[in-house]
Amino acid sequence: MKVLVPVKRVPDTAGEKKIDPNDNTVDRESVESVLCPVNEFAIEEAVRLKESHDAEVTVLLVGPESAQPIVRKALSYGLDAGLQVTDDAIAGSDALGTARVIAKALEEQEFDLVLFGNQSTDARTCLVPAAVAELLGLPSLTYARHLEIDGGSVTVHREHEEGWDVVTSQLPAVVSVVEAINEPRYPSFKGIMAAKSKPLDVRSLADLGVEPEQVGANGATATMYEFKDRPPKEAGTIVEDDGTGAAAAQLADWMTEKKFV
Amino acid sequence: MGLSFGLEPEQEQFRQVVARFADEVIAPAAADFNAEARFPVDIVRRMGEMGLFGIPFSSAYGGMDGDYLTLCLAIEEIGRVDQSLGITLEAGVGLGAAPIDEFGTEEQKQRWLPELVRGERLGGFGLTESGGGSDVFGSTRTRAVRDGDDWVIDGDKQFITNAGTELTSVVTITAFTGDGEMTAIIVPVDTPGFSVGRPYRKVGWHASDTRELTFDQVRVPVANTLGERGAGFRQFLKTLDDGRIAISALAVGLIQGCIDECVRYGRERESFGRPIGQHQAIAFKIADLEVAAQTARQMYRYACWRKMTGLTYKREAAIAKLYASEQAVTAAREATQVFGGMGFTTETRVGRFYQDAKILEIGEGTSEVQRTLISRDLGL
Ligand SMILES: Cc1cc2nc3c(=O)[nH]c(=O)nc-3n(C[C@H](O)[C@H](O)[C@H](O)COP(=O)(O)OP(=O)(O)OC[C@H]3O[C@@H](n4cnc5c(N)ncnc54)[C@H](O)[C@@H]3O)c2cc1C
Repeated sequence: MKVLVPVKRVPDTAGEKKIDPNDNTVDRESVESVLCPVNEFAIEEAVRLKESHDAEVTVLLVGPESAQPIVRKALSYGLDAGLQVTDDAIAGSDALGTARVIAKALEEQEFDLVLFGNQSTDARTCLVPAAVAELLGLPSLTYARHLEIDGGSVTVHREHEEGWDVVTSQLPAVVSVVEAINEPRYPSFKGIMAAKSKPLDVRSLADLGVEPEQVGANGATATMYEFKDRPPKEAGTIVEDDGTGAAAAQLADWMTEKKFV
Repeated sequence: MGLSFGLEPEQEQFRQVVARFADEVIAPAAADFNAEARFPVDIVRRMGEMGLFGIPFSSAYGGMDGDYLTLCLAIEEIGRVDQSLGITLEAGVGLGAAPIDEFGTEEQKQRWLPELVRGERLGGFGLTESGGGSDVFGSTRTRAVRDGDDWVIDGDKQFITNAGTELTSVVTITAFTGDGEMTAIIVPVDTPGFSVGRPYRKVGWHASDTRELTFDQVRVPVANTLGERGAGFRQFLKTLDDGRIAISALAVGLIQGCIDECVRYGRERESFGRPIGQHQAIAFKIADLEVAAQTARQMYRYACWRKMTGLTYKREAAIAKLYASEQAVTAAREATQVFGGMGFTTETRVGRFYQDAKILEIGEGTSEVQRTLISRDLGL
């Protein structure tokens, strides 16, 4: 089977991020760039499909040339080939613009399964996987916390607040995974060395037949007008236990008020 | 341009991966497995899956085709969070697998290396005896007597790392096979007459496995002779030269761990209205640790570079080992001081490092032995 794993370069999740006031995008200089941690779960699932189904896995990245080390990083987990879409016109794309580029890139590929992380740690919209499925007219199975391939179909456990639904679809399909799906392994030294020589195809928007106006800042349907720093953390409420059981009642009220129960 | 201090991009990437593994998997478990003096076999297996035990070996035996520096980077990063696992890796590769790789016959390599290199099994190297470790030639009492196609071994070994874990498959030992003739022999641990004692109660390295070995009429085929008969002394000298570079990396890991912990605590902990790191007495201690780490790191990398370039490196390996280990002992003492009372508990990394540091001045050649090597090399 053939699997495609779209990955994203994001600012280090643990780092302090800044917005560049000139163009209202994340200031990439201010913080180190990394492979989006959620992608590691999709990659791990793909590696498991290599082990169990002899899958051939291609990693796809939409981003500037400088993001190439992120493709190699993804390949170091043992994936087979890389595909990078690079074009100046892509800068500033919103979720839909990104989805358009990914969908066009996928149209050229043969695949049975597309494995996304359900969200990226910088934007956290969760929109791209479903948008790509919609643009390609393929089944969309989001929030997978478990995945099984059986012949020509895929079954996932789709996570939601009350548990999960068991959803089955024919292949090809687009799946997005949540972090509960597996425990990603660490790349081996061999994988890192091998990643250097894995084939990597670089395509432009023109190669894919994407009109530049449909993507980038100009094609974006969402515009950021203003941003503010995150407000400082407020001190929490401290409930003292005076031995009468009143604290328990107070806690229960608080949890009800916050809709935890 | 003959001077380059940089790592290859792949080495740097791998260093980061090992660092992350150390921080995410080893660090949170280290206080417990050390307190319980438990060899954390599950973590060792995961280190094997990442290829750590196979870094400098050929892919023909399941290795990573990497170089010695990359191995040292991994040892430093593991050692930065836990010294027991650092020495488990160092000894597994440097003492367990490397002698077989370097001196073994093709048949021996095919038979023993793949499991060791994948980290599924561990090997030990038994040199030291109850009579002493510095004067190996004068203190070795273990004998192997030829009987048909077998060696029959009698004797004992002391302080042998990785010899009694549930993963251990073989121990390579030195024995006299004739008058003044020292030979290295590979002994599978399931050979009748071979036994390991209970773990030592050590001052540090609590989660590393160290055992006494007893050989009572242990019979192994002559085909288990490592390399040539009579080459044992020369072989172990070479093995220890390499090991010293790796021990230096382990010591640098300890110093770096002290720095990381002291910088964090120095910012967090307050006294007299400010973070203790803003008291100059504390800040200077930490600055000195940084000087030690950088100096010792450059020295082990230089020794590594000489080895990898094919230059002599005996003296440089001894210098790196001597300097890094003595600085590690100082670093552990000073970092413990920075932590105050908390530093005297084994809940803290610096407290554990205070216990672990001392052995670095003893194992794989004491500081006195290193000074002897250096001064002899100077013609004294
Ligand atoms: C935790 C641990 C793990 C170990 N793992 C291994 C292992 O895997 N394999 C193995 O073979 N060994 C191992 N060892 C043994 C270690 O290598 C020896 O302890 C070390 O070489 C010192 O030998 P010794 O203890 O017999 O001390 P001795 O040789 O008895 O030395 C005692 C003291 O005298 C000094 N001294 C000796 N000779 C001279 C001299 N000529 N001039 C000046 N000073 C001198 C020494 O420096 C030392 O201070 C391990 C030891 C420990 C504690």
